[in-house]
Amino acid sequence: MNGTLVKPYGDTMNDGKVQLSFTLPIEWSEAADEAARQLVVKMGLRDVQVVDGRRIASGFSFFVVYASTPHGVDAAAIHAPTARAHAMEMDEIDAYIAERIGRKVRVAGACIGTDAHTVGIDAILNMKGYKGDYGLERYRGFETFNLGSQVAAEDLVAFAKEHAIDAILASQVVTQKGSDLRNFTELTELLEAEGLRDRIVLICGGPRVTNLMASELGYDAGFGRGTLPSEVAAFIAVSLADRFSRATAS
Amino acid sequence: MQIAIDRAAVDRCRTLAAATVAPVEEFIASHSTVSVERAVVRLLGVDGVGADDVPVANLIVDTLPAGQRSRGVALAFGRALAETGLDPLTLGQAIASGTYALADFAHVPEAAATGALRPHVESALAHVRGRREERRAMLERLPQQPPPLLYVIVASGNIYEDRTAAVAAAEAGAQVIAVIRSTGQSLLDFVPFGPTTEGFGGTYATQANFRIMRTALDDVSERLGRYVMLTNYASGLCMPEIAAMAAVERLDMLLNDSMYGILFRDINMKRTFIDQHFSRALNAYSGIIINTGEDNYLTTADAVEQAPAVLASQFINEEFAHRAGLPDAQIGLGDAYEIDPDRQDGFLYQVAQAQLARQIFPDAPLKYMPPTKHMTGDVFKGHLIDALFNLTSVMTGQNIHLCGMLTEAIHTPYLADRVLSLENARYIMNTARHFGDEIAVRPGGRIERRANEVLSDCETLLERVAEMGLMHAIDAATFADVKRSPDGGRGFEGVFERAVDYVNPFERALRGEPVTA
Repeated sequence: MNGTLVKPYGDTMNDGKVQLSFTLPIEWSEAADEAARQLVVKMGLRDVQVVDGRRIASGFSFFVVYASTPHGVDAAAIHAPTARAHAMEMDEIDAYIAERIGRKVRVAGACIGTDAHTVGIDAILNMKGYKGDYGLERYRGFETFNLGSQVAAEDLVAFAKEHAIDAILASQVVTQKGSDLRNFTELTELLEAEGLRDRIVLICGGPRVTNLMASELGYDAGFGRGTLPSEVAAFIAVSLADRFSRATAS
Repeated sequence: MQIAIDRAAVDRCRTLAAATVAPVEEFIASHSTVSVERAVVRLLGVDGVGADDVPVANLIVDTLPAGQRSRGVALAFGRALAETGLDPLTLGQAIASGTYALADFAHVPEAAATGALRPHVESALAHVRGRREERRAMLERLPQQPPPLLYVIVASGNIYEDRTAAVAAAEAGAQVIAVIRSTGQSLLDFVPFGPTTEGFGGTYATQANFRIMRTALDDVSERLGRYVMLTNYASGLCMPEIAAMAAVERLDMLLNDSMYGILFRDINMKRTFIDQHFSRALNAYSGIIINTGEDNYLTTADAVEQAPAVLASQFINEEFAHRAGLPDAQIGLGDAYEIDPDRQDGFLYQVAQAQLARQIFPDAPLKYMPPTKHMTGDVFKGHLIDALFNLTSVMTGQNIHLCGMLTEAIHTPYLADRVLSLENARYIMNTARHFGDEIAVRPGGRIERRANEVLSDCETLLERVAEMGLMHAIDAATFADVKRSPDGGRGFEGVFERAVDYVNPFERALRGEPVTA
């Protein structure tokens, strides 16, 4: 069993080396270094070395710590579903949509809540795209609606209803104390309440979004840092086509 | 370091910017907005909130009879002052509570109204001048470290937590503290009231919050023996009111851009142009340095391609600022370090652009914004990119330096993030303090070629804008690929035409002319 567990690697297999840094709200002293060390011991780490400890402001000290963890995980047994599995390029996706769906797919995107940072949603939707990968506006297979920033969840849902939207992209870039999660949750709840959830491909995105987190929030997919527009486009096309074929089969 | 640039092209760009701005200024001169009028009553001394926490300034301007609005709120308010004998604060509250209505005083002669206004206008201006003099004396007694002034943001949502963070940052070397606003605030058509402890991605700008932070920074300035500046945002739908509050509470800088709200917040362009003018006139009088928002062009599009748009916007911001009475020393034109770190010679392009701005606007306290767009969760690489940004800033003589955070794109900064960022900047700027003085740019080399290419493309862009007219150019998505129509966007309903006998008693006084109202 131990053979399959993976531990952090410093310079020797299974040495379990990790690095931490944190601030304590106390004046720096040698006792503060020791407080930091004991705290890290309480975290379950061993061989704790406080390699830097210093005052950074009145009443605040900062520490850099190296330590070893006794724990390991069975990485082979972990399943983190990816939404990036359907690698296709723009032309392939357009052809796929034409063949499998037979009409333009209607996509609405917005930064929801009070978030005013459209950098993510713009990278995916704007014609120009991101890192040389064209945005959805450029695709023949999509009709896109970029609703911009600070869109209330209820307005996005109303828009989706009115315009028979097939896929929603909800973006959250800036967060504070979990506001992004609250906004994402509000959107799924409203879609459920309106009876729209089942027929819409619901996607969230942002620098802290993971696909696993997205599925826990009730989304079909979540896209994080570095996502290319074609990855989102392929996911929408394949998910929608699957829904159509399921609907036809049943 | 000096780059050989085409000075004739610079002159032509300034001429084009003047030609672009002149027709907009004509429009501005014949219009006002509800937010300008609210700033007028706030300057007169109106404060507080009425039912449902609606600010008294809003209640007064909103209840101004439609027929009287085109003459400005001051006259109607002056009539009420004359008749009731109350002071502006008490009268405001009486109007808010429904005891009086501005419409009740239409019979009061205009001369009585202007006579009643005059002492309040004069005392408001004297108060603002007093705060300005206070700043000057403190700067003399508690001199700042040499520029680039290290600027950091605090943004917890809770003004009291912000205060803790601001004091800690000042101790770690910060010379300017900006309290980032709650993300929704730019779209509110009122200024919230009182100290606030909840916000999203930032803390509400309120007059009470300004005062709490100013007091804390004055204390830490005395303790450190150097003056720590305070910044907030005169942007969004309440630009002029924030400028008025900042003048009264002795803020030192305000973010204030002539086009940012239009392009990036979908605020109506006419509203923005009118509001920025009065805000800037107030900023000029109160000695506040504006920071313009050119960095936004770079976060939404490719930084290499957008470089000419940044320069064009700097020329336009400069022209609008001059026309509002701001001297060069108060015009903090913006730029940002946003070129893709994977791009070969990206650093050379950054140096070219930063030095170009330095030479074209030699007396402007240039505001340099840190990398954000290409920052990832890799804090180690982020810290390195910030180091090169710091080097560019010190070697090209930037003045206001917003320190990049290694945790940019992860969370609003932790206390230690700010300290690490300040340590990075202090290290680089100390070790390379005179580097820029010691190097010469190779004639005909990459930096010189790039600078002149940006300048030339900027001229082409400004030619197109001048020919189309600024409002039409924005409507045609000339800036940031964003299209905004002249009568679209938020806040258009708050724009109105002035009557020929419109009165704003502060307008001419802010330019140093005698109080005429």
